[in-house]
Amino acid sequence: MQDRSKRRRLARSGSTPPLRTAFFPAALALAAVAGAACAPASAAAQGARTQAPLEVVAKDRPGDAGGRIVVTWREAPGAPASTYRIERSSDGTGPFEPVGEAPPRSTRFEDAGAPAGDPFFYRVVAVLPAGEAVSETTSAAFSRANWFRNDRTNALILVLAFMGLIVGFIEAARRGTKLFIRRISGLSAIDEAIGRATEMGRKILYVPGIQSMDEIQTIASLAILGYVAKVSATYGADLDVPNRDPLTYAAARETVKHAYMEAGRPDLYREETVNYITYDQFAYTAAVTGRMVREKPATNFFIGSFYAESLILSEMGQTTGAIQIAGTAEVFQLPFFVATCDYTLIGEELYAASAYLSREPVLLGSIKGQDIAKALLLVLGAAGVVLTTFGNPIVANWLTMR
Amino acid sequence: MRRQLPLVMTFIAGIIPVIALFSPHPIVVNIAARADRWLVIVYAFALLLGVVSVVQSNSRKIARRDKGWPYAVVLLTGLTVMGGFGFLGNFGIFGGITTTPDGRPTPFQWSYSNVFLPLQATMFSLLAFYMASASFRAFRARNLAAGLLMVSALFVMFGRIPTGEAVPFVPMITEWIMDNPNAAAQRGIIIGAALGAASMSLRVILGIERSHLGLGRGE
Repeated sequence: MQDRSKRRRLARSGSTPPLRTAFFPAALALAAVAGAACAPASAAAQGARTQAPLEVVAKDRPGDAGGRIVVTWREAPGAPASTYRIERSSDGTGPFEPVGEAPPRSTRFEDAGAPAGDPFFYRVVAVLPAGEAVSETTSAAFSRANWFRNDRTNALILVLAFMGLIVGFIEAARRGTKLFIRRISGLSAIDEAIGRATEMGRKILYVPGIQSMDEIQTIASLAILGYVAKVSATYGADLDVPNRDPLTYAAARETVKHAYMEAGRPDLYREETVNYITYDQFAYTAAVTGRMVREKPATNFFIGSFYAESLILSEMGQTTGAIQIAGTAEVFQLPFFVATCDYTLIGEELYAASAYLSREPVLLGSIKGQDIAKALLLVLGAAGVVLTTFGNPIVANWLTMR
Repeated sequence: MRRQLPLVMTFIAGIIPVIALFSPHPIVVNIAARADRWLVIVYAFALLLGVVSVVQSNSRKIARRDKGWPYAVVLLTGLTVMGGFGFLGNFGIFGGITTTPDGRPTPFQWSYSNVFLPLQATMFSLLAFYMASASFRAFRARNLAAGLLMVSALFVMFGRIPTGEAVPFVPMITEWIMDNPNAAAQRGIIIGAALGAASMSLRVILGIERSHLGLGRGE
């Protein structure tokens, strides 16, 4: 109170000017000193602000199942950021939470934790030696589930081209174009092998592999089984089809039953012609080899998908003196079959079997289409090898499926 | 209907994985996953059919005193005993499936470890003997191709044992054989087989190939 009245008095008496003259120069001096001290920092801050990432855009990642947003930006000119911190907010005003970091010189970040349908706003913070520079906030980005995987466009093009070739050749076959398919010894020997079993009065053993119906080799095997069963029924030979997989067993039963009917000999079909043994690989192998030793089938067919049991089965068949025809696309089992069987259908021959045996133009057309596709792939492969050798992997990259 | 329904079902079941390969959409992914689950259900029914087949064919064999009928007795006994232990173990009888509460193996586990596994290992170990006899037959130099095969095989086998690895050039020749002629032949077979499989799949999906359905082949 006293101070205030004193100041008022002093003001009235005109004693304030000396105080004013004393304060302002001091303040000015202080400001000057402070300004001088702060000048470099302000410039740096200004510089940092100008180094904020530019053109920041957040977009749904195309061709995925949703849940990912891609943030891209352009690096500002000047000293590079030591790292970029990407921040996200569910509304444009904040608060912003960091969702990840990107290394220096990067211009892209993928936020893998953005639930589909929710809006997200992003900003990119450049971490610089002088401080941090924050970009502008993006507009709302939403992730969404896509219907097509963009990164598999190449595979789709190849699949469509392949289908086009097959369908084209099937149509050509329908119109009556003559198609040549080379002789496949293993398939040509089927009739002879069945005839031998019939003459010897011994059974024919047909093993359709150990895989289920979701394995295409098994389906190919059943197509051949249909033919074998039909010829066996025609000749009146005894057929035995032991199965390891229950689904294959069910399908093989239908195939054989139908083949016997087609051959006009449904009376020859017995329930135990196609039989189930066990799901265990080696118990199945033991049962089949046991039958080979006891019943000595004259002809053994091992056609389908095989694993470690392939050699045990075929070597046992070899010791019993049976004529053996094998077929598989399992590369590691093929040498065993080649070493122990009289004929082996190698890889694609297995799949060509039903067309080869039936000689139906439509099926032959698909084989022809497949051959042309293979030739084209060989050309593409060779082009890829040459280009990659000379430092241009464009074809090799295009042929790689992601 | 008997002809059309299996073809329609084959088309749908075949096209789903193809679409799932190209579409990441949750609807497609869910349908594909559901189709896989359905396969398990179908499998269970087919397995039941298989068990019925085993019992029927082996019972018939015993009744008719067919050749090797005692093996059928062993098989049915094994099926009944192991199946019984497993089935009843599910209801807590015999102490469960794997171990009893006090840590001892259940009858099912004991039979599995002491009967089933040794038998399985015995069958698998036979492979070594069959491999030796098959190699002996395969490597007889009857013609030029078989001779080349024998020489290559000798290099590969010798180059993969410690003694062979110590001999100059042998490991290098082994690796060259495996990485060049062997890998080239394998890739050739794999490419051919893959295209064959794709072509076969297409025929099945489009209903051109239908012999596996018991419908006869072709159109």
